[in-house]
Amino acid sequence: MLVSSIKSFGKYCLFMTQVFRSPDKWKVFFQRLVLEISKLGVDSIPLVIIISLFIGAVITIQMTINIVSPLIPSYSTGLATREILLLEFSSSMMSLILAGKVGSNIASEIGTMRVTEQIDALDIMGINSANFIVLPKVIGFVLFVPVLCVLSMFMGLVGGWFIAEFTSMISVENYVFGIQSFFNEWYVWYGIIKTVVFAYIIASVAAYYGYYVKGGALEVGQASTKAVVSSSILILLADVILTKMLLQ
Amino acid sequence: MIEAKNVSKWFDGQQVLYDISATFDTGKTNLIIGQSGSGKTVFMKCLIGLLSPEVGEILYDGRKFRNMNAQEKKKLRMEIGMLFQGSALFDNETVLGNVMFPLKMFSPLSHEEQLERAHFCINRVGLVNADAKYPSEISGGMQKRVAIARAIALNPKYLFCDEPNSGLDPRTSILIDELLSDITHEYGMTTIINTHDMNSVLGIGEKIVFINKGHCDWIGNDRTIFRSTSQSLNDFVFASKLFQEVKVFLEREYEAGKEH
Repeated sequence: MLVSSIKSFGKYCLFMTQVFRSPDKWKVFFQRLVLEISKLGVDSIPLVIIISLFIGAVITIQMTINIVSPLIPSYSTGLATREILLLEFSSSMMSLILAGKVGSNIASEIGTMRVTEQIDALDIMGINSANFIVLPKVIGFVLFVPVLCVLSMFMGLVGGWFIAEFTSMISVENYVFGIQSFFNEWYVWYGIIKTVVFAYIIASVAAYYGYYVKGGALEVGQASTKAVVSSSILILLADVILTKMLLQ
Repeated sequence: MIEAKNVSKWFDGQQVLYDISATFDTGKTNLIIGQSGSGKTVFMKCLIGLLSPEVGEILYDGRKFRNMNAQEKKKLRMEIGMLFQGSALFDNETVLGNVMFPLKMFSPLSHEEQLERAHFCINRVGLVNADAKYPSEISGGMQKRVAIARAIALNPKYLFCDEPNSGLDPRTSILIDELLSDITHEYGMTTIINTHDMNSVLGIGEKIVFINKGHCDWIGNDRTIFRSTSQSLNDFVFASKLFQEVKVFLEREYEAGKEH
């Protein structure tokens, strides 16, 4: 198990040395980059909006129900909602969700290219297939993911605002005052930095599993599952390390 | 011309190719034939450079593939066209996009000239009104034609085809064979076709290399194949009753020709 993990890590590192090379044609690279930003990033916006909106609302409800002590000010609900969203949900939880959507998309797309010999076709043409296929995906997703992170933070707060506006659980004034109180700008940067690292993990790990698929449609599905599981575990591990490094 | 000299290949300690030597002539359709699992695909991958033989040499017009540096290999790859068994067209590109792809990546031509070249290749393989279609929207035969058009877009010196007729009906198979043969003669390419389709063997086999259990058992052409004394080749080629009858008929013709 340990030996095979070390072997896989070595293979992954060698794969990355192939990926991070100068593209054969910059014009084609930028065309593909824009396409990948649209496919992996822009297409994820609806999912991010829906999930963040609902989770923001749920966090607000739970905070309101659980914070009942008269010693705790009522604006704490807004403050706690904001901190949870900024510190953990919009970066880590959202990345875990995106690992499912984007990771499986990348692994299955590249895996299908492998089993249908499209990657061999690129290699025979003398094109660095790893660089050509994977680099625009990794760069595109890493570049766009801060937008998704900030959008998730904002939509989560909007979800909480809906609860304040349309229920009697908390007043809008208290909620808005809460989300403005004791604001630490670094937490936003902390969330963005984490998301960028997680985006790299999602895109590169999924690409690795897709690129080395052997077999047919069944193996592509298995690679897709492995990609999501592995990147999720790595995201959790990286979360611990980054939190220790950035918040201590 | 492509030469294979004493090529041997092992996988995990098991030998799959045994000391194969063969020459593939320029301007001819060279066929590699053999049963499934005989090692012909491995041999072809060694010829292309996708696999590296442990023993032996591959020479492209006298240039040793093994001795080439990365830049020389890259340059050589631009001289190679490849037609895959499953066509290997890019799913997210249209027919025109697929044919334009090698031109966009490597050609110094302007966009208009690239378009002109792509249209020429598409017309050459007999495709009409298919430019804007995606691979999933066209038939298997049309996909093969697109793949051939893509393979010849950069005017390659060497064309490799891995089972070009697989999955095609007999009529379309013959059309694809004729197209490959015509293109080979027209552009003076060294074409190597990996096949076990007997129609191809008899139709376009200007040079035939028979691989059996990793050994090169016989080298000849579509005329000499009927007079071969190789038992393994006869077992392979004349496995069906139809071809046994064809053999008898052609042998009679041959004998009659000798008498007169």
